[in-house]
Amino acid sequence: MIKNVLLVGVGGQGTILTSKILSSGLVKLGYDVKMSEIHGMAQRGGSVTTQIRYGDKVYSPSICTGEADLVAAFEKVEAVRWLPQLKKGGTLIINDYEIYSLPVLIGKENYPDGILEDLQDRIKEVKVVDAAGIAERIGNIKTQNIVLLGALVKALGLEKLEWTELIKENVPAKLQGINLKAFQAGLGC
Amino acid sequence: MLKYLLNEDEKELYQTGGDKTMKIIMTGNEAVARGAYEAGCHVAAAYPGTPSTEILENISNYKEINSEWAPNEKVALEVACGASIAGGRALAAMKHVGLNVAADPLFTIAYEGVNGGLVVVTADDPGCHSSQNEQDNRLYAPAARLILLEPSDSQECKDFTKLAFAVSEKFDTPVLLRLTTRVCHSKSLVELEDRLEAPVKPYIKNAEKYICTPAIAKLRHVVVEKNMLLLKEYSENSPLNRIEWGAKKTGIITSGISYQYAKEVFGEEASYLKIGMSHPLPDRLIKDFAQGVEKIYVIEENDPYLEKHVKSLGINCFGKGSIPVCGELNPEIIKKALLSAGGETGYTTGLKAPSRPPVLCAGCPHRGMFYTLSKYKDAVVAGDIGCYTLGTVPPLSVTDTVICMGASITAAIGMEKIARREGRKTKVFSCIGDSTFFHSGITGLVDVVYNKSNIVVIILDNSITAMTGHQENPGSGKTLMGEIAQVVDIEKIVRAVGIKEENIRVVDPYDLAATEKAVQDAYGAAEAFVIISKQPCALLKSVQKKRAGLSYAVDQKKCKKCKACMKIGCPAVSNKNGEIKIDKTQCNACSLCAQMCKFDAINKVGE
Repeated sequence: MIKNVLLVGVGGQGTILTSKILSSGLVKLGYDVKMSEIHGMAQRGGSVTTQIRYGDKVYSPSICTGEADLVAAFEKVEAVRWLPQLKKGGTLIINDYEIYSLPVLIGKENYPDGILEDLQDRIKEVKVVDAAGIAERIGNIKTQNIVLLGALVKALGLEKLEWTELIKENVPAKLQGINLKAFQAGLGC
Repeated sequence: MLKYLLNEDEKELYQTGGDKTMKIIMTGNEAVARGAYEAGCHVAAAYPGTPSTEILENISNYKEINSEWAPNEKVALEVACGASIAGGRALAAMKHVGLNVAADPLFTIAYEGVNGGLVVVTADDPGCHSSQNEQDNRLYAPAARLILLEPSDSQECKDFTKLAFAVSEKFDTPVLLRLTTRVCHSKSLVELEDRLEAPVKPYIKNAEKYICTPAIAKLRHVVVEKNMLLLKEYSENSPLNRIEWGAKKTGIITSGISYQYAKEVFGEEASYLKIGMSHPLPDRLIKDFAQGVEKIYVIEENDPYLEKHVKSLGINCFGKGSIPVCGELNPEIIKKALLSAGGETGYTTGLKAPSRPPVLCAGCPHRGMFYTLSKYKDAVVAGDIGCYTLGTVPPLSVTDTVICMGASITAAIGMEKIARREGRKTKVFSCIGDSTFFHSGITGLVDVVYNKSNIVVIILDNSITAMTGHQENPGSGKTLMGEIAQVVDIEKIVRAVGIKEENIRVVDPYDLAATEKAVQDAYGAAEAFVIISKQPCALLKSVQKKRAGLSYAVDQKKCKKCKACMKIGCPAVSNKNGEIKIDKTQCNACSLCAQMCKFDAINKVGE
């Protein structure tokens, strides 16, 4: 059995760090893991995706239409953009957070209203996470990616692994405490 | 690693230290770097370019390897050629279009051969994730008579890199290691081994080999063609090319990442000829495979490189008839093309996601110059490769052409020639970044002076190679290995090539009035004019540190909602529900929006 996890967001939101920690954890759990991330132009505020596939033996690093068991959207409209990738019956984790792209900022395109309601109507398993709010309360809005890591670990049923060390290894020393708090908060979502 | 050896005798040649069982997850780029390290590589050089950049960044972590950012790919490859001739193991890495720049030394070093192993890495970009074209660089291998290896995952990236050094030395030929974006940037498990300290070979002067004058080149060509026959035999027997028998109804010939996609789609329901060494190709092996299966599909990205070869052997096969030439492949495309299967269907919604193109960052120093240029509606602006290509995004919408690295200045020269000939009143500008200027802009500027071109060259100097993620360059004062370097002074170069003193301006693009004045002077000039727009990238750590806690905010009482501040296209400035706001998490305190405001409604906060 292969599990497909798709992380989507906006350049600068820290999706790559989340997927790095998640995939290291999956390796520790003994899975064959492939992870694919495309970066380059995307760093400049573009739409970014990371694909993680794990199981006994994984060939392709790419997830195709309707194949993702779990989609974690770090930004609301990105959930809309990547919705066709979600498998029927799959789980959507969605960060209740908006980042307007430049075409929206200058009034050329519209940011749709009612995204959460629309998606909750269509998909049975939707987990809305206020990662930005949680991260801000903890004291650093930039830890919202680790809040979402916690939510991801829970949704995938991977709590049995000791994630603390992995998180510590992947964040700056002085931010370890706050990131561990963020992770715990995410697990509780 | 041992599985790629032909026989016991090769053990000594290829054995590279004891195997460890440690497996870690790595990108293809990290694995190539690790492979170079384990193979005892001595010198590595590159010019940054997505998706290849992280190869040298990772190599620089291995202090045993002397690594450098070269000003361009031709320089990088020539440095590697010299290191190889001198007896060291050397590697040069570049993106696919970089190999065009390095093609000159590439073709001739194939004639001269190597002393220490020489590996050239090309990272192709099917799907144009971050490139101006999607050329298939496998075609360079038959054209230049090179060995071509194509890894399909990170483990193979490491193994093939190691093998490449050894094969290069054994056959006295450079090796082209071809990756693609998906291989470079995908992570998979890699088994680590120890480094082999390959001793540097002695250098012996050999004019008949290393001086490619016409008389010698003619003779070397014969040697190379003979060598190709030996390599063909190696390709027939090497485990780099292998048959995996499964169901014999369908036979699949494939290489690189396409192998992984094919396995994903067909699993045990097909047999595979997996090509790891794609030049020279193993004709006998291909024929044997063809005889063992009923129907043959060739699955490969971009050009029908394998397919044409298979067909040239008189074998009937199916490939580009249904698999697209354009764009990146994935299992879904293959399924649809070959199995007429629809694939899975996901959810749909009536909501429409607005586009999210990459944009110039908040605080980007290029913004001030592009905003100023945007006011000159009759100007033509030849652009170049770098972050500033994003000057083309609305509302700035500046830039008329982008061709390749360095082509801003030179294309502008050509455009100005036609404008002058036709009596058009067009003023021709060109915009080029500091790193791109060092890469291939200087020769263009020489042509401007030499051939009396009346264009304006704007050098957008942000003191770093920014687009690829902040690599050092000759103007940044540091090397890849972290040493302090002499700064190559752009202003002095401009003077030295002969741009007149009165036609040179150095401006801070954060100062809109000064920028406007410089562009005005340039617009009116009757001779070649250079503006150096100087301000470091706002995302540089040193800059971020200096401006930590600083941002600009809108005083809602004073704001007249004229939206002048929105004309600069800054992603931190938004108009939400009729209120103009500045996102302080994004704002880098460049002050441009405040300079745009006629009502003093935008002020600095947090000194």
